[in-house]
Amino acid sequence: MGSFLRSLSPEQQVSLMFVLLFGLLLIASGAGVLLSLRERQHADDHTGDRAQRLHDYQALLRNSWLMTLVFWVGWAAGESVAIVLFGLVSFFILREFISLSPTRRGDHRSLVLAFFIVLPLQYALVWNQHFNLFTVFIPVYVFLAIPVVSALGNDPQRFLERNAKLQWGIMVCVYGMSHVPALLLLNFPRFAGKTAFLVLFLVLVVQTCMLVQHLVARRLRDPVAPAISASFHWRSWLAGLAAGGLLGVALAGLTPFKPLQALAMALVACVAGSFGHLVMKAIKRDRGVTHWGSAGRSVTGASGLLDRVDALCFAAPVFFHSVRWTFNL
Amino acid sequence: MSTFLLGLVRLLTGAQARWYGCPPKAEQRIYFANHQSHADLVLIWAALPQELRSITRPIAARDYWTASNFKRWITTEVFNAVYVEREKKGDEDPLQPLIDALESGDSLILFPEGTRGHAEDPQAFKSGIYNLARRFPHVVLVPAWIHNVQRVMPKGEVIPVPVLCSVTFGEPVALGADEARADFLQRARSAVMALREV
Repeated sequence: MGSFLRSLSPEQQVSLMFVLLFGLLLIASGAGVLLSLRERQHADDHTGDRAQRLHDYQALLRNSWLMTLVFWVGWAAGESVAIVLFGLVSFFILREFISLSPTRRGDHRSLVLAFFIVLPLQYALVWNQHFNLFTVFIPVYVFLAIPVVSALGNDPQRFLERNAKLQWGIMVCVYGMSHVPALLLLNFPRFAGKTAFLVLFLVLVVQTCMLVQHLVARRLRDPVAPAISASFHWRSWLAGLAAGGLLGVALAGLTPFKPLQALAMALVACVAGSFGHLVMKAIKRDRGVTHWGSAGRSVTGASGLLDRVDALCFAAPVFFHSVRWTFNL
Repeated sequence: MSTFLLGLVRLLTGAQARWYGCPPKAEQRIYFANHQSHADLVLIWAALPQELRSITRPIAARDYWTASNFKRWITTEVFNAVYVEREKKGDEDPLQPLIDALESGDSLILFPEGTRGHAEDPQAFKSGIYNLARRFPHVVLVPAWIHNVQRVMPKGEVIPVPVLCSVTFGEPVALGADEARADFLQRARSAVMALREV
């Protein structure tokens, strides 16, 4: 088996991975359909809990299909298309974030700057592989540019708060997200053509961690910070980390990492992702909503994309830096 | 062009339509909404389903929307707008173009404040909508609240910013047989404002 895999070209290895992923999704969707049939037969004697779980399961499945499709299109059509796709995701989640953070008239120019200059420029830097500039562009240069434009807007009311919101939105939605396609362009020695596996590693590990955390939390009581999140417990958090770490070790063969390195990388990504998700929850509570999507649907029609990718937005930059630092890229 | 514009509006704002008090239906209607930006007209146009969009004509202020060739072209060719004069000239009835459109069976989109507001609440409604309701009792009056659009393009700015917007359509308001003008205008205004919280 191992020698067969090694005999394949990188291209074939990646294709095989997608075939496996789509196969798994098909099986999972089939199981979902069967479960929903059974549900209908015993509609009366089951409580809403089961229906809720099935609903959650299907939502998760739809989400996974969508993400896998995006990654597949990104890989099949080449890096530039992948960058554009991730750029669009950034655009949509930033739009969601801004819609629920009140801005004033004086912020208009800063918003134009954020959406139409900072966002495309950040992705252009990814595309040109200017990684040194790419990692400091938003935290250093945009950090100054946004408040300057706001100050010229001549509106002192809640100045710090408004700029902080915008800066946060850009950091999470543009800076964080742009590190995912940046992984595709890292120049690993002896790993050319297979950087898609790095993205897959990151996404699978973080999503598994979040999923396990979510499932375990359902059986626990007394959350750590009930005013922020009803589902954050240290035990479920550790369970999520363990699951993510184990999966990381299992996937080490796909990556340039040795098993222990893979464990460390997976743990770093999971810690960043799960804490990032918690922080985003706190921001949502501050805005008085529990999901970007649910409030979005009732106020603005947002789809809740940010709910699904926020962990990734925090995990990607940390993972990217750890990889570059470890391998001196 | 209209497909392109529709795509652009959806990309920037989502242009979500939320039908609360009534379904989207091809009967003759007057949609009346709060007015905070010139983009209101574009947004409500984009939020309507395709079938209704073709039979619904927005009201556009002649002085603003015919100021340049592009504005004139887009309002006539894409939106199929009805122009009204904001300043009364001579003894011509400023409502005449609206009456013509309603007589020929079109639905209308109306901003009864007459001009864009800057406050949270809409300004007092002008009496045009009352006169039209009196004259065309069979036309259904649908209130609508346009959410967030002033953030997309505040007065004086050129480049729109992506912010999610929605249009909430509420329960139709009917003019009572002997309802006074001021009462009706007040009732219509509160029907629009009530949709803010839905």
